[in-house]
Amino acid sequence: MTTLVAPAPGSALRWLAADSWTIAKRDLVHWVRNPTAIVFGVTFPVMFVLLFGYVFGSAISVPGGGDYREFLMPGMFAQAMISGAASTVAIVSTDRARGVTDRFRSMPVSRGAALVGRSIADLCNSALELTVLVVCGLLVGWVTRTGPLAVLAGIGVLFLMRFAMIWVGIFLGLIVSPEAAGMAWAPIFPLSMVANTFVSPEQMPAWLGTIAEWNPVSATAGAARILFGNAGAVTAGTASWPAQNALVLAVLWPLLIVAVFLPLAVRRYARAAR
Amino acid sequence: MTTAVQAVGLGHSFGDKTVLDGLDLAVPAGTVCALLGPNGAGKTTTVRILTTLLRPRRGRATVAGVDVVADPAGVRRHIGLTGQATTVDDVLTGRENLVMWGRLFHLDRRTARRRADELLERFGLTEAADRRVKDYSGGMRRRLDIASSLVLAPRVFFLDEPTTGLDPRNRGEVWAALRGLVADGTTVLMTTQYLDEADQVADQVVVLDEGRKVAEGTPAGLKSLLGGDRLSVQVREAAELPAVADLLARVTGAEPEHDRAQLRVGAPVRDRVAALTAVVRALDDAMLAVDDISIRRPTLDEVFLHLTGRRTTEAETTPAETTQAETTGRTTGENPTAEEVPA
Repeated sequence: MTTLVAPAPGSALRWLAADSWTIAKRDLVHWVRNPTAIVFGVTFPVMFVLLFGYVFGSAISVPGGGDYREFLMPGMFAQAMISGAASTVAIVSTDRARGVTDRFRSMPVSRGAALVGRSIADLCNSALELTVLVVCGLLVGWVTRTGPLAVLAGIGVLFLMRFAMIWVGIFLGLIVSPEAAGMAWAPIFPLSMVANTFVSPEQMPAWLGTIAEWNPVSATAGAARILFGNAGAVTAGTASWPAQNALVLAVLWPLLIVAVFLPLAVRRYARAAR
Repeated sequence: MTTAVQAVGLGHSFGDKTVLDGLDLAVPAGTVCALLGPNGAGKTTTVRILTTLLRPRRGRATVAGVDVVADPAGVRRHIGLTGQATTVDDVLTGRENLVMWGRLFHLDRRTARRRADELLERFGLTEAADRRVKDYSGGMRRRLDIASSLVLAPRVFFLDEPTTGLDPRNRGEVWAALRGLVADGTTVLMTTQYLDEADQVADQVVVLDEGRKVAEGTPAGLKSLLGGDRLSVQVREAAELPAVADLLARVTGAEPEHDRAQLRVGAPVRDRVAALTAVVRALDDAMLAVDDISIRRPTLDEVFLHLTGRRTTEAETTPAETTQAETTGRTTGENPTAEEVPA
């Protein structure tokens, strides 16, 4: 048999890119061969847009006036970024249960590679999901009213939140069983709803409204509305402090989440998972 | 001969519970060592320590001459691990699985492909290489799983319960694959709950119980400790039991064990085939017609009863006999309903 020795570390960055591509490619093959997963993944957000845009939306008023579907889309984008955590939890926890994680950890491969690879692959997944939502949004009348730089910044804010949620997902995935991971949407769903995603927090009971205002999802959705120049973007001085500072919070919240969960996830991964 | 795996006084505990208590181990390079024991005996913990997934609380261990605590990264360069769960990706083909691992282990594309082809060939999966793994049999999956641990051609290969849940034919395929590996000079340390599995592939068996070594030796040595294999005869009526028991005592020279409820009488035998032939001939001569004759390896349960004076815990829930795979036909095959415990 040939003797094969893993290359010495040093070309770390190149391998990081290669690993991420290998992992992302696996996900891609899964999609192509399991079209039902794509159909489901696409149908669900589209259904949500239609359901809220046309069914509930007719009863919801946009703060400051404007088209509800234009208000809705940035909320949908933010929700997609948050719910992405559920798929990260599922994949990480399945890999752990299947012994894939242990195989990585017993191999002469940089331990960070698997984690960073996972996070880049997940960002790619989310990029695809966001594209579907954007197309869907454009079809139901969503537009951006700002310059290309602001639009790019808006997309950046969304991906920043997705990046933060990856580390929450990896950490949780290393702890919970695949069965429990399948239930990850249960806490994520209300988390993404008790926010300014679909309805302005001002229209909620005061206590719930306060929670919604401070919800990191609100910051991301609020910032996206501002950066895309969409209806419901808070600029007036009457709004609450978190709503007025959505742009700052949309950066601070994810950074805080990363600061907490990235080290936790890395430590959990490095330590023997039982 | 060099020592591939060496452990001295290895110990570990989870909270207050000691799962490994002063284990000494020495596996010569190029041999197969089987850790035999029931669930909770400390087998998996030992493998996890030796593969650097777990830091031992006490003791020292070296793998391929490298200390597992002082230089875990150095150990990882020489080992492969196939755990209890199957790591293969169902959606990918066999070849894609192996190439993916090769790439993740940082082989360049061409080398990864070439290595995948080599491994597919060696594990008899060339024909199935481009089929999706979800259409593979349990044995094929397991072989692919083993192959993907061998992408980097490790010197020491760890296998945690390689054939648990496989049917006899698939187990045979996995054993054949392991034998081929050893022929190439790889050292294998495996865990198992089945004595017959250890018998099939291991050079050395270490019996673990509650984190301690209770016996060590060759499979043959271990069996002879128990008086060899078990031959048992199922009679048609209880009245025939004494006659058959006398006959068995005469032929095997051992004191037969009766099981009146099951209409069975059995005795340990040293030479399977000779004993079987002699018993059949003697029955024929005595014109005694019986329902069934079977020969089987002593079960882990019987090993344990002998070594520790108590049964394994899982023997209470699952009859260990059903996991035995020594079936070679109606007369010589083991009867899965056999409920025979040495007195």
